[in-house]
Amino acid sequence: MSKIGILGGRDSVLGFLSIGFVAMPVKDEHEARRALHKLAAEDCAVIFVTEEYAAPLAEDIAKYKDTPTPAVVVIPGAGGSRGIGMAALKSASERAIGANILFKDE
Amino acid sequence: MAELRVNPTRMELKNLKNKLATARRGHKLLKDKCDELMRRFLDIVRENKALRTKVEASLASVHRSFATASAVTSSRSMREALVLPTRSTELKVGTQNLMSVVVPTFSLTATGEGAHDMPYGVAFTSGELDAAVRELSAMADNLVRLAELEKSAQMLAQEIERTRRRVNALEYIMIPRYEVAIKSITMKLDENERGNTTRLMKVKDMMLEAALEAKRAADAQA
Repeated sequence: MSKIGILGGRDSVLGFLSIGFVAMPVKDEHEARRALHKLAAEDCAVIFVTEEYAAPLAEDIAKYKDTPTPAVVVIPGAGGSRGIGMAALKSASERAIGANILFKDE
Repeated sequence: MAELRVNPTRMELKNLKNKLATARRGHKLLKDKCDELMRRFLDIVRENKALRTKVEASLASVHRSFATASAVTSSRSMREALVLPTRSTELKVGTQNLMSVVVPTFSLTATGEGAHDMPYGVAFTSGELDAAVRELSAMADNLVRLAELEKSAQMLAQEIERTRRRVNALEYIMIPRYEVAIKSITMKLDENERGNTTRLMKVKDMMLEAALEAKRAADAQA
């Protein structure tokens, strides 16, 4: 049995405690990086990362990209969506198709 | 293009022809695999995109609800209510084989007492918090499904990239190289064959000439 981790600013992650996620409130990039690797080592199969930490942690997130677990998913935090998660999806489709045909409207 | 250096022998020609046949078959198979991967990938990406839009919208509303809740509840009682949850969520991780790409599947099970109830006593918290938590637990399944889809999309994307490289390598490098090598061996062998024939003809001419000469000499003596 695995757990689900969530990583982000305090306001963004506190609520997720209530539904049994392992929440890691972090304050800066360093803490976030440590927390990400800690969650991955602690058998979290899914790790949600809020958008404000997704950009600085892009390299660390990319490390987990090609293995089945953990799945690192970028979700909008309390600050609202900035479209980073969508951009990741877009880049995956560009990687596969070679051209951006699915996200023409954006 | 670097040519394959081969010995112009029949043995080598036979080997190369076999290799070319294998390469062609491999190319066809990989191309089919790539097409099928692409089809599945497009399905997944479309679903992923729709789900992400939905999840992002509901997350925004959850965050709004939490913000409202924290406005009417003191931050201390809010923390007290949230940091010691009575339920824990367990994730069952399976694997699924999509065209020989192993992708994870996740399914959520809530355990612990009061798994379907509020995770805290209601005495010191506000109704807004209840609403926010309820909203969040309603979307937990969607979040996990999103993770599953997104992971599948990433892994399929990688596999497609790799397969396409292989297809292209076979199509534009391996197969043409084999073809060139086979052609050069065939030409060399044909050339040898022709050389042999002309040599034989020449020898035959010479022998005929010698025989004629001998005959003529014998006639002259008679």
